Amino acid sequence: MPVRIQTKDFDAGAEIAALRRDNPKIGAVASFIGVCRDANDGTAVTKMTLEHYPGMTEKALEKIVAEAKARWDVMEALVVHRVGELKPSEQIVLVVVTGAHRGEAFAACEFIMDYLKTRAPFWKKEETPQGARWVEARASDDEAAQRWEPPKSSAA
Amino acid sequence: MKVKVLYLASLREQLGKPGEDLEISPATSTVAGLRTLLMARGGAWQAALALGKGLRVAVNQEMAQPTTAVNPGDEIAFFPPVTGG
Repeated sequence: MPVRIQTKDFDAGAEIAALRRDNPKIGAVASFIGVCRDANDGTAVTKMTLEHYPGMTEKALEKIVAEAKARWDVMEALVVHRVGELKPSEQIVLVVVTGAHRGEAFAACEFIMDYLKTRAPFWKKEETPQGARWVEARASDDEAAQRWEPPKSSAA
Repeated sequence: MKVKVLYLASLREQLGKPGEDLEISPATSTVAGLRTLLMARGGAWQAALALGKGLRVAVNQEMAQPTTAVNPGDEIAFFPPVTGG
């Protein structure tokens, strides 16, 4: 399964080892881990709760992984995303991409994260000293995802 | 026709419910039509579903547009912009 949603923590080393197993053609492993911070927008964050849309989340992530594998010459890709309650310093998300060479693996890994941030149905709610608040989407995340869009034709 | 409507994340809190089964007229044939129907309930519905809030809509767990068709038995989810990762 290239995509997993779970409440429990993950072991990036074990996940990477499993993804590489029995494939001596792999020459590059690119990975990203997103971590829960203790502050956001200048306010302390004591805890966050991650909610998702079961069913759609898996489909959306599988589509993103499939698109990455179609666009870049990579071998395997894995996305593990946690939901439920998380505290600062806890791991939130893992993306791993394997391939023959680093350039394609790096690009596919970054693409998967940028699309996950803007297209996969997850929502964060933060606990702060002033109370709970839903995290607002960032324009910078939309801009990061738009980098990967093919250039629009100017014919129209 | 019967459809299942879901309200996720902050929208669920604003509307006070996670979703509902609705019996709607076949004339309400698009996502935009359903949204207008729900906004007509007034109060929190009108405020939370107002245009310009960047709300997203999925039909049968695929991202949808205002013009996307709504058919009997569909699952239509309204939610705020996503913030995972």
